[in-house]
Amino acid sequence: MKNVFKVFFAMVLSALALPAAAALNVFACEPEWAALAGELGGDKVSVYAATTALQDAHHIEARPSLIARARSADLLICSGSELEIGWVPLLLTQAGNNRIQPGSPGYLEASQLVERIEIPKVVDRSLGDIHPAGNPHVHTDPRNIARVAEVLAQRLAQLDPADAEVFRSRAESFKARWQAAIVRWEKDGARLKGVPVVVFHKDMSYFIRWMGMSEVGSLEPKPGIPPTPAHLAELVEQMKRAPAKVIVYSPYNDAKAAQFLSERTGIPVAMMPFTVGGTARAKDLFGLFDDTIERLLAAVK
Amino acid sequence: MHRKTLCAMALAVAWSAPLSVRAQDAELTKIRDEIRQMKEAYEKRIEALEKRLQETEAKAGKAADSAEQAQSTAVAASQAAVQASSRPSAENAMNPGISAILNGVYSNLKQDPNTYRINGFVPTMGEVGPGKRGLSLGESELGFSANIDHLFRGNLIASISPDDSSIDIEEGYIQTLALSNGFTVKAGRFFSAVGYQNQVHAHAWDFTDAPLAMKAFLGNQLNDDGIQVKWVAPTDLYFDVGMELGRGRAFPATSGGGNKNGFGSGSLFTHLGGDIGSSLAWQAGLSYLATSPQNRTYADLDSTGTPVTDSFSGDSRLWVMDGVLKWSPNGNPTTNNFKLQGEYFRRNENGTLAYDTQAASLGTQTGSYRSRQSGWYLQGVYQFAPMWRVGYRYDRLDAGTTGIGLVNTGALTAADFPILGGYNPTRNTWMVDWSPSEFSRIRLQFARDYSRMGLTDNQIFLQYIVSMGAHGAHQF
Repeated sequence: MKNVFKVFFAMVLSALALPAAAALNVFACEPEWAALAGELGGDKVSVYAATTALQDAHHIEARPSLIARARSADLLICSGSELEIGWVPLLLTQAGNNRIQPGSPGYLEASQLVERIEIPKVVDRSLGDIHPAGNPHVHTDPRNIARVAEVLAQRLAQLDPADAEVFRSRAESFKARWQAAIVRWEKDGARLKGVPVVVFHKDMSYFIRWMGMSEVGSLEPKPGIPPTPAHLAELVEQMKRAPAKVIVYSPYNDAKAAQFLSERTGIPVAMMPFTVGGTARAKDLFGLFDDTIERLLAAVK
Repeated sequence: MHRKTLCAMALAVAWSAPLSVRAQDAELTKIRDEIRQMKEAYEKRIEALEKRLQETEAKAGKAADSAEQAQSTAVAASQAAVQASSRPSAENAMNPGISAILNGVYSNLKQDPNTYRINGFVPTMGEVGPGKRGLSLGESELGFSANIDHLFRGNLIASISPDDSSIDIEEGYIQTLALSNGFTVKAGRFFSAVGYQNQVHAHAWDFTDAPLAMKAFLGNQLNDDGIQVKWVAPTDLYFDVGMELGRGRAFPATSGGGNKNGFGSGSLFTHLGGDIGSSLAWQAGLSYLATSPQNRTYADLDSTGTPVTDSFSGDSRLWVMDGVLKWSPNGNPTTNNFKLQGEYFRRNENGTLAYDTQAASLGTQTGSYRSRQSGWYLQGVYQFAPMWRVGYRYDRLDAGTTGIGLVNTGALTAADFPILGGYNPTRNTWMVDWSPSEFSRIRLQFARDYSRMGLTDNQIFLQYIVSMGAHGAHQF
């Protein structure tokens, strides 16, 4: 038995001697933050997106592959506000990486940097899977992305001072292009003001507020609870009295419920890209909002 | 006013009455008397009514007063409540995440659960049986977890058994947060990383009970008091190695732990894991557990039918190979997902076996003991629709070869060690469960259990498991 333990220690010591990677390793919980880190870091960062647009960030398991990536990350950026509560805490305790623990420069919760909406007054599980800190899907408002970009660029520079100048100039370039794009989107999307919309899950709330649309219902009876026949029947009745102009859902949602409501009410249905990679056109952050607005305009015309 | 009218009416009636002259005086006196009596009676009743009216009015006034008082008290109370709630909330802000798990089960068991045993294998003297018949409350779990400071995280999970009101510490450990280079250290009592399912809390198991191999080789679930060091490699393919040193407080070590310094159990483990495309994730592990039980006792019935206590001292070596494969379309398990899980256990025990240590039957005798045994299970769980899953599990144990010195020399017979007699227990288990949310689950399970030699146990379980409070994160 003693020999086995000796071999074990030898393995651990030899592994410690492995060289560290050169570029800054960024672990992004969601594709939008991976895209943002790519915009700001360029080739000075190596970005890993833990989830894709086809996955629901609420329901991810702390898979071995994620622990392995968190192990070598220099910076972890997530939406936060308990969106990833089922898996990120495990990555943090399992990975043995003190660089990305809460409170260190390598830990960044995007939703903590912006004003959150839909903070529940009453917190009770009978109300569904609600987030006591407010709606975590902050990236659907591009103005929030601008705010997160500022802090993320600072963090990158703090973690890799040698490339601080690169991060600063890339951040400035991004900011200029982003502000111009926001002006364009607000102009293009002006027609969406006041448009009533039914959502699948409350994951587009920041976008809806930014565009001045109004959310009149959700396919989920309660946040996180899959659509039920009874609730859909209620929605059909509600739409007869006060019809919405469009029903939206995200790529990770089951499209059946949205199509059911559309068939019963004649209201058009539109899949939103929701995040980078959600549709072919949403291949970066700019494409994400271009495509979102275009799809909505096409649906409500 | 009422009174005057009544009197006037009475007098008018009296005076207008036609009366004979002789009878007049007598009659008149009589009538006057009657009128006076009437008047007096009315006056009394009216007085009584007036009194009651006054009293009622007074009472009503008081009631209004007290209602007002009550209202002002309520206002004061709510103000106090506002103040009170603002004070403890600041104190509560640092409270640990608290969670409670409740579970209850209805069991329909063909065989008496008190006679449960796994033939061919040394009894672990742990909670391996299928539980009670009928309705019963399972063990309730109470969990506290929080970061202690910037260096440590703490976790306490206590299980409360409903009948003997005992509280067991399932896990109570601290874990490092601030180590780097992939190292984490745990200290305290924790579920051992030996095998796969051993680390998973019972409420997160896919079946109501543990695989037979865990019951036979780990005494259901192994949680020793000790230290664990784990290291995760800096590679994209997940690779970890770890070591545990413990007191050896439970099976396969000595029950209660040996009275000695140093360590009573040691284990090594390693895992590999990764993704295949975006739809498949896998993990494979190998672990080794070494203990040196001293006077590890168990109960048996010898050839004379007398209950005896036998005891083993020596070395116990356990190897476990485990594998898990999880599938979900594009890595999104919301609608459909599948989980395949299996473990293979192999144990060698070498030492001495003492028969009848209490000298209750044929007298204490000691001889050599040697066993090579194995067991495995394979299970699959498929979520065919949101909230709904079905699962199947196959269990098999192989009693292998057991050499008992006292039997080989002819001092005793195999009938004196009936529970160690060669037998290969098997079990088939089917389940279906419904989880309306992440926090509740209702499960129906049917098992055909051949743990006892020559007896079939049909087991039906209907179970609920719910979790309240802090949102627990489950390991892969």
